[in-house]
Amino acid sequence: MDFEPRIVAFLCNWCTYTGADLAGVSRIQYPSNIRPIRVMCSGSVDPMYILKALLDGADGVLVGGCHQGDCHYVNGNYKARRRLAVLREVLDELGIGSERVWFKFISASEGALFAETVREMVDSLKALGPNPAKAVWFT
Amino acid sequence: MKIGVFICHCGLNIGGVVDIPKVLEALSGYDSLGHVTDYRYMCSDPGQQLIKDAIRDKGLTGVVVAACSPAMHESTFRRTTEAASLNPFRCEMANIREQCSWPHRGEPEKATQKALEIIKASVEKVRKNQELSPLSIPVTRQALVIGGGIAGMQAALDIADAGYNVALVERLPYIGGHMAQLSETFPTLDCSQCILTPKSSEVGSHPNIDLFTNSEIHAISGYVGNFDVVIRRKAAYVNWDVCNGCGLCMEKCPVKTDSDFELRLAKTKAVSIAFPQAVPNRPVINSEVCRHFTQGKCGVCEKVCPVGAINFRQEDAIIDRKVGAVVVATGYDLHPKTRVGEYGYGVAKDVIDGLEFERLNSASGPTQGEIRRPSDGKIPKEVVFIQCVGSRDQENGYPYCSKICCMYTAKHARLYKHKVPDGQPYVFYMDIRAGGKGYEEFVQRATEEEGVLYLRGRVSRVFEEDGKIVVFGVDTLSNKKVEIHADMVVLATAIVPAHGQTELARLLKISTDEWGFLSEAHPKLRPVESLTRGIYIAGCAQAPKDIPDSVTQAGSAAAKVLALFSSDTLSHTPEVAVVDEEICRGCGLCVEVCAYDARTLDMRRNLAVVNEVLCEGCGACQVACPSGATCQRNMDTAQVMSMIDAVI
Repeated sequence: MDFEPRIVAFLCNWCTYTGADLAGVSRIQYPSNIRPIRVMCSGSVDPMYILKALLDGADGVLVGGCHQGDCHYVNGNYKARRRLAVLREVLDELGIGSERVWFKFISASEGALFAETVREMVDSLKALGPNPAKAVWFT
Repeated sequence: MKIGVFICHCGLNIGGVVDIPKVLEALSGYDSLGHVTDYRYMCSDPGQQLIKDAIRDKGLTGVVVAACSPAMHESTFRRTTEAASLNPFRCEMANIREQCSWPHRGEPEKATQKALEIIKASVEKVRKNQELSPLSIPVTRQALVIGGGIAGMQAALDIADAGYNVALVERLPYIGGHMAQLSETFPTLDCSQCILTPKSSEVGSHPNIDLFTNSEIHAISGYVGNFDVVIRRKAAYVNWDVCNGCGLCMEKCPVKTDSDFELRLAKTKAVSIAFPQAVPNRPVINSEVCRHFTQGKCGVCEKVCPVGAINFRQEDAIIDRKVGAVVVATGYDLHPKTRVGEYGYGVAKDVIDGLEFERLNSASGPTQGEIRRPSDGKIPKEVVFIQCVGSRDQENGYPYCSKICCMYTAKHARLYKHKVPDGQPYVFYMDIRAGGKGYEEFVQRATEEEGVLYLRGRVSRVFEEDGKIVVFGVDTLSNKKVEIHADMVVLATAIVPAHGQTELARLLKISTDEWGFLSEAHPKLRPVESLTRGIYIAGCAQAPKDIPDSVTQAGSAAAKVLALFSSDTLSHTPEVAVVDEEICRGCGLCVEVCAYDARTLDMRRNLAVVNEVLCEGCGACQVACPSGATCQRNMDTAQVMSMIDAVI
């Protein structure tokens, strides 16, 4: 059976979650590998959440926030960007690989971009193969 | 905890893709579920009744409605649970339509699995949801309007007419703003003074409006419903309560100086009222030029004043006000002269800007409404109007369109033609943007009936030669170079935010765009609200706009204020941050990350404190808190962790 990556997505309530809703409303089809968790702001995504998801077996994590300068909470997306920059280094050190974590600015009007992002992410994770942490952790 | 899961088929929207019986079966053994059921249309009355009955009959303490997006029906189902006496914050949606059945139509099996996990995540969230009730904030039903131009006046009048007290603060000694300087207004060509002065006198005499002219905002603190404002009323050196506006002081004052109101095209006195119809009609002494202040002598005004109103020792007054809402309508300035040297502006006397042309054309202006050029007072026979000076010019000015210049240039050209029928106006333009009721027709009359020559192209150089202003340009429609020996040039310079607006925005803690215009909360859906609750914006402070748009926006801002004032208290979401005082060590990281100043450090107790009213519930502090003392109500770390468990 083909490898089907599992993606946990933290989507900000005001932009990306609404953008994902729009993809659905527009009946744009994208792979079902993604598990959305609605958060108020990308700035509320604790790097711990991402680490937990990856250590527990997710193959990738998507964080979606408002575009730069458009954050509903003034600057939460910048906070998220800085935190993720640090997390990326940790992920590389751990051997999980920072390329498994995607941070995207997707607005409420960009349903097509959301779908495209999921498609690209699934393809990229398929090429990467399963999360190596899964093998270590679960054996 | 006894949680009920209610799965909606949404007709075939969900049921046609997701295998609902299979989801029901899979959920049957799930931990602490007290009730699992489905219905074809859960949002319908019978569907809602089904939820209410289950809450009562099964004694549910939590509800998950697996249906559409929370954006669609979260409030509906929270009302339903509340009607069944269950706290509405114990109800959550699981979005298995927009983010499951609709985008995965071709993969029913995978969609079914995904739906199951989305539902489980919501169950995990509800499991730890606290019972909450909205916070209540008292509201001071008085408003502050900053800026006394047409937008500020309109907002103040609308709020005052509804019966609430308004403090209107204006930096200049008079209200009316730039509109008071205009001659006629497009597209009707009615005189600006005729439509403005009745309004300004209404503002001046309105029992609910406290007018603070010659005043500025010194400080402001607080939050929606409860702002504390400190107004600084600058010394006028005239006791306005005593002064009767007779004007003797101005008549006898020996010092002449350039008039700011007349844009330095005319002189005024050191003690002056900007223009005869000014509201309030009270003079101010300009201490920078008054002989009493510069040389320590004179005092003629003091001697002639019949009521003893002159007071050279007057000091700035500090006034404290408590208000519930603020409207910012601080208006605009024009792109500074010094920056358009290539068009001879600021060098050649007969190159003027649009506002200066308004004064030349005004019946109460320096030329009594005759179009005479500033250098020698001659009536210009050829006038060149140049549009987009600084606007739509990424390199030398601003990328944005100043919006009103196409219209006022057409107006200027037409008014010039009415007054100098044998004169020839030329207009250099990039495009004509005449969107507005009656606007296009107005421009058409200029081009087709009144002999205004429109040349599509830019001007490369403007310089003085033998008493003429030579204009080199290009007409891109005929593809020819154009050289005009004009008598006067009028530049439609870009609109920029009023000076000091950035500092005011900082004081109010509201944001501006990169050019300094105030940012609205949403460009389409919340155009008069700032991101700070209780602070609204109107007029050119937000972006260049014409009088009708400014008035519309002001009315809209006033309506927002009135909605705020419609009750004694406001409700605020209880889903905000809380601090566990046992754990907090007072490091202050949360204070730093808070974008709303909702957090402060209690130095005495050495811990962080949340102002729940200011907190918007973004959750940034929960991440920043190194000790885990901060918790986002109903979205705490433990909840998210269990939600992650549910979907992996």
